[in-house]
Amino acid sequence: MNNILVLPVVIPVLTGIILIFFRSYIRIQRWLSLAAMLSVTGISLYILNMIQNLGVIRLDFGNWQPPFGILFVGDSFSLLLVLTTSLVAAICLIYAFYSLGQKREQMFFYPFVLLMVAGVNGSFLTGDLFNLYVCFEVMLLASYALITLGGTKPQLKESIKYVAINVLSSWFFLVAIAYLYGTVGTLNMAHLSERIAEAGQTPLLTVISILFLLVFGLKAGLLLYFWLPGSYSVPPTVVAALFGALLTKVGIYALFRMFTLLFYHEPSITHTIIGIMAGITLIGGSFGAIAYKDIRQIVSFNVVIAVGFILVGLAVATPAAIEGSIYYLIHDMLVKAALFLIAGSMVALTGTTMIDRMSGLIRHYPVLGWLFFIIMLALAGIPPLSGFMGKILIGQGAVESGAYILLALSLISSIFVLYSLLRIFLNCFWGESTTSEEDVAPLSKGWLIPCALLAVASIGLGFGAEFISPYVADAAATLTNPYIYIDAVLGK
Amino acid sequence: MKINDVILQTVTKIVVFIILTMAVYLFVSGHNSPGGGFIGGLVLASALVLLFLAFDTETIMNRIPLDFKMVAAVGAFIAVATGVVSLFFDVPFLSQAYSYFNLPVFGQTGLATVTIFELGVALAVVGVVVTIILSISEDV
Repeated sequence: MNNILVLPVVIPVLTGIILIFFRSYIRIQRWLSLAAMLSVTGISLYILNMIQNLGVIRLDFGNWQPPFGILFVGDSFSLLLVLTTSLVAAICLIYAFYSLGQKREQMFFYPFVLLMVAGVNGSFLTGDLFNLYVCFEVMLLASYALITLGGTKPQLKESIKYVAINVLSSWFFLVAIAYLYGTVGTLNMAHLSERIAEAGQTPLLTVISILFLLVFGLKAGLLLYFWLPGSYSVPPTVVAALFGALLTKVGIYALFRMFTLLFYHEPSITHTIIGIMAGITLIGGSFGAIAYKDIRQIVSFNVVIAVGFILVGLAVATPAAIEGSIYYLIHDMLVKAALFLIAGSMVALTGTTMIDRMSGLIRHYPVLGWLFFIIMLALAGIPPLSGFMGKILIGQGAVESGAYILLALSLISSIFVLYSLLRIFLNCFWGESTTSEEDVAPLSKGWLIPCALLAVASIGLGFGAEFISPYVADAAATLTNPYIYIDAVLGK
Repeated sequence: MKINDVILQTVTKIVVFIILTMAVYLFVSGHNSPGGGFIGGLVLASALVLLFLAFDTETIMNRIPLDFKMVAAVGAFIAVATGVVSLFFDVPFLSQAYSYFNLPVFGQTGLATVTIFELGVALAVVGVVVTIILSISEDV
């Protein structure tokens, strides 16, 4: 019995509900929500270390043994993501304190953020397919509220598309679960994996797996990313940062779980399709990132490129590539949050979203400029920073399995990432400053500190790769050997 | 012309009590027959909606001075709290207890802590339904 495993979900939910009673006390809302996220960060770090000693741990809700009850399963992969999620959410909350404005803060902003984080953490921790669906919905319902909060016209316009596409994909998710339940007759993931292995993944099961691929592709923005750049560029900066850092990553997590734990018997079909989808995502994302002059669109398309890149690791599916994907997933959550926060700050400071109308920002905001520069290098994968380890390992995996086209695409996409961000840097930060000294909008410290914290985390992840590697190696080992997970859950 | 809805209001006054009884019946019978917190809450909310239809919103809100957003929050809190309480008893999250008691009027009665969880669900449903109805009607 490991009741501590439920705390990353219960603490945000309970705090979120309590904060509803303190609607007009903004100060209480701020401190309580920050305290909740920091405590979850600490707890998940503790559980992560516990897993290193005890192996994969599980918690059966209400003492119903699997596969009959629902349960939470904690392995290193889940806990690494829970830890990163909580950390990013805590840092984004600090940005929200200084940027959001009283009107939105009083409309239950903090409860919604906490419930969204609870949904994300629940999705990472659950060991039951239907529970995964429910946690997805918790996360999505909170995100619907966050994307519309404030009610400006572009927000409402994009939220209709966002809600419609997610309702559709949730319906597909439900239908896929129904098909799978009808075929093998269980919903517990470990039990599912066992039964699929017994049945030998028949063509029917492969079709169901492709339906799941479609569903999570829509959620993660893998190939089916058409809804993403629009909906991620309209909400307030801090909401966009949370979306960009967390939401697509849950879809990626679900894809990894599905195709390493359940449907790993026919890689020549499923993993080839994932590879093709990842390749096209990389191409499409790269074109999008260099095609636009709207800074928010460029940043959103960078999310798409990262999704394609991480899924290359899953398509290749060697231990090295999976390890690389995990590194890159953690790195991407930190750095995308930072990128969205910096881009949002630039838009707020200059009052325009077009990069050819900004110029010479480094003269007035040197710290912001150099932070952007660091984040840009980290995203491109320059060695001492955090993006490097993931890229090198995914590259190594691709070479090992001879996937040279994917290797080429992922390396070229890195150049496109660098080019698209360098274009922002050269256009906006370099050049003559067009604003006179009196008109310069002051940059509050509350905006810089979160960006700086995320940059420090990214640098730390890069330099501390040696320190993190045991956790990542353990996560990759569990993913590549599904029986570790099954044994821990169905415990002989 | 003055609209006179004396028949609607008189019938409502009687029917509301039937609906409320039905809601309580559905709520407590959920453990062994169809019913439970969700459907009990919906029926209870339908009684309130009928009141809002027969009389105007202000009259009812004066008589039942509840902020239904808070009702929903209290319900959600109760539901989560029943799960969290099991943490203090050193049993897995969401564990339930069930036992028989000799109550004065009912005789031997089985009481389960799942009823408290369902109470939370019912309150959350009532709060959400009434909040939706009221916030839509405010705009018209």
